[in-house]
Amino acid sequence: MSTPALRLDRAGLIFLALTLGAAALAPVFALLVPRDSAFAMPPYVVALIGKYLCYAILAVALDLVWGYCGILSLGHGAFFALGGYAMGMYLMRQIGARGVYANPILPDFMVFLNWKELPVAWWGFHSFAYASLMVMLVPGLLAFAFGWFAFRSRVTGVYLSIITQALTYALKLAFFRNDFGFGGNNGLTDFKDVLGFSVQSDATRAALFSISALALALAYLVSKAIVSSKYGKALIAVRDSESRVRFLGYRVENYKLFVFVVSAVMAGIAGALYVPQVGIINPSEFDPGNSIEAVIWVAVGGRGTLVGAALGAIAVNFAKTYFTGAFPEYWLFGLGGLFVLVTLFLPKGLLGLLNMRRAARPAAAPPSPAAQEEGVQ
Amino acid sequence: MISTPLVRLATILFLLFCSTMARADAVDDALAKFFDDKFPRTEQGIDALAASGAANAPAILEALGDNRLLIDQADHLIVYQTTGGDLINAKTGEKLAGVEAGALKKVRVNNALRRAIDAAMGSLTLASPDPQKRLAAADAVFKARDATALKALDVQLAHEADPRVAEALRQARAAIIVLDSSTPSADRVAAVATLKARGDQDAQSLIDETAAKTDDPAVKAAALDAMAAIKAHLVWLNVLQNLIYGVSAASVLLLAAIGLAITFGVMGVINMAHGEMVMLGAYTTFIVQSALPPAFSQWSLAVALPLAFLVAAVVGIAIERLVIRFLYGRPLETLLATWGVSLILQQGVRSLFGANNRQVSAPDFMSGSFDWAGLQITTGRLWIVALAIIVFAALQLALRATSFGLRMRAVTQNRRMAAAMGISTSRIDMFAFALGSGVAGVAGVALSQIDNVSPNLGQGYIIDSFMVVVLGGVGNLWGTLLGALVLGVANKLLEPVIGAVLGKILLLVCIILFIQKRPRGLFALKGRAVEA
Repeated sequence: MSTPALRLDRAGLIFLALTLGAAALAPVFALLVPRDSAFAMPPYVVALIGKYLCYAILAVALDLVWGYCGILSLGHGAFFALGGYAMGMYLMRQIGARGVYANPILPDFMVFLNWKELPVAWWGFHSFAYASLMVMLVPGLLAFAFGWFAFRSRVTGVYLSIITQALTYALKLAFFRNDFGFGGNNGLTDFKDVLGFSVQSDATRAALFSISALALALAYLVSKAIVSSKYGKALIAVRDSESRVRFLGYRVENYKLFVFVVSAVMAGIAGALYVPQVGIINPSEFDPGNSIEAVIWVAVGGRGTLVGAALGAIAVNFAKTYFTGAFPEYWLFGLGGLFVLVTLFLPKGLLGLLNMRRAARPAAAPPSPAAQEEGVQ
Repeated sequence: MISTPLVRLATILFLLFCSTMARADAVDDALAKFFDDKFPRTEQGIDALAASGAANAPAILEALGDNRLLIDQADHLIVYQTTGGDLINAKTGEKLAGVEAGALKKVRVNNALRRAIDAAMGSLTLASPDPQKRLAAADAVFKARDATALKALDVQLAHEADPRVAEALRQARAAIIVLDSSTPSADRVAAVATLKARGDQDAQSLIDETAAKTDDPAVKAAALDAMAAIKAHLVWLNVLQNLIYGVSAASVLLLAAIGLAITFGVMGVINMAHGEMVMLGAYTTFIVQSALPPAFSQWSLAVALPLAFLVAAVVGIAIERLVIRFLYGRPLETLLATWGVSLILQQGVRSLFGANNRQVSAPDFMSGSFDWAGLQITTGRLWIVALAIIVFAALQLALRATSFGLRMRAVTQNRRMAAAMGISTSRIDMFAFALGSGVAGVAGVALSQIDNVSPNLGQGYIIDSFMVVVLGGVGNLWGTLLGALVLGVANKLLEPVIGAVLGKILLLVCIILFIQKRPRGLFALKGRAVEA
């Protein structure tokens, strides 16, 4: 891929300024401003928004494949969770002899299951460098293997979506098993420290927040670089008319595979940043429902905009936090309604609504006249 | 416990001439043994009483076990106290008045005697007039291999009229003597043959034990031979049993997936709310069952079937008219929108009926299970298989023999050409969606019988249903049938080998690999278009 000339639009610049600003200012407000000041950021807010930022990275990753290549992955939660598990394994090994059973090598759940030695899959996870490598390698390899099979045989559209959903479902079932070796039902939790810093301390939390914000900015820049390049133009062409691109002599499957793997690696990194901030990773992260929820973040913000995807993730999750606290019974109505209303009336998302210049461009598959009429109203 | 030859002789004597008088005498003699209140004598009394087969023998033995059998050695009176406190003369069965229980002496029992009492009670039920009870008792003896029951078995076998009970008695007898080295070799070989004929897991373990323990070469040879035969038989039986489970699972999958296949085939959209249609069908069953007066409870499912179809079909039409219609040509967005609908329906049902599981009972003719040639078959599951076949046949008929079916197939094959021929594709879409949803509702009635009726009912089946459609393709309903059968049977055959979860994962991986070869499933639509 040739080095692309990055031309950021206004939304992109504002977004970058916001994320970088948040990365720089959050530690100040969280640590330096006195606790009782109105500007102080309580630790739970740091953790909460840090979590949203990780979701935003996942949304950007998903937008890269769905918004620009037309691959609706209903299994991106699997890559997110795999990255999370890789980080969780590192954090488990860091507990060392401080666990309930005080075993210096084996995590508690293994001692509990009466295992005598560390499974091969856990080797090397005491090293942060190795764990970081796995955070990217495991989701990347899975995406590569899956995509290689799926795209070569031209599995597209809803078929692909269903198969990706089955993928995350299968992983969920596997991770639920105790003998699979990753903590079973309970997952991995009770983390103590990361790189020697306590995961509970305010400073670590603020640092993780800043790193997440930086990662989001980086994910945006990488995605933007990809989609602005010549390669990205071909991706968009694949999205709009796959057969035509193939007939023009492009190896469509290679284009799709590359972007799918990049996206999976990004999702893995998001998961890895997520785990130390929430303090737990368990098989429910693989739930197919989570992956579909991530899709609606992108749809709400506006697919094919990257910035919109990130904002959608933050907005929907903010609403979720608020509603599940205030009206727990109505949240699913709200979320369900969001799915229906956004697909019916906001095919370009919130950002598309704001950015009429973008909306004027021809859509991927033109909606039916009826839908357009509805959309205008 | 070894019975004395005398008691054995007495037993056979008494029961060969089983007249009331003879029994009464036997009971008297047996009861007489209790007066000494010495453990060996009491034990003989228990055996004799059991052998007598008298009608009040169970009551007396039970009383003895509970320290409620009382004697008055001076008056030669033996009574038992009922749990209600009445005193009954053990000999005559008359109620006694004017006797103080406190003045009488209890017949003492120890743990060895209690065991003897339990064994005696078992052999007494062998003589029960109810063949079902005799069968159960024979089975219990078979499982316990209770040597004390041998004489009762012999006695009952001599005049058993019911062939099934006689077979069970012979098997129980064989189970006891096959390990008894004092039995003649020929009898033991015959016992091995009887067990071989039984041919189940219990028989196998007995024969295993015999082969390992016996010194008799003839018995050993017979046992080894029988062992091989049973093993082969059991392997087959196991495979057959798993096949039955598989077909049962496949029928559930077929019911859940066939509606999905119709909507996916005709409209090219995946209805993520399909599972919720199943759930609505199950809740309809629950409502029908609570609303019907108890007198009609046997008919609740018959009422629920058409009603569930209607409810789900109406909801399906509503979804199609209000949402899906506007998303034509955008299958991925349809998928998301229907997922949203599924969330709303789930939460709606949860708000209305609560998150707890609802109980739906099965009518009498659908509950229970039966044994057929050594295979366990659940009646309810059998009805579900029947329902799946009926639904499949009805849908085939609707698609092949009606003008609506013809139009629907035309739209499935080539939507634009069908529209050009004057078919209203919009109406066909609506009716196809109603049909698919309605069938899902029917599936819900079936699932309410085997699964918890909860708001999440549909979620459990939706991914498996997708896999059936992906595997079977949408060109033909036979593909759905084949897909359901392959998945259901493969799942159940893999389950005992590598476990349920690993089996499921393996199947998912297999499907992902399978669509390499056939990206559009087993029965794909044939046509010249690049993208179907």
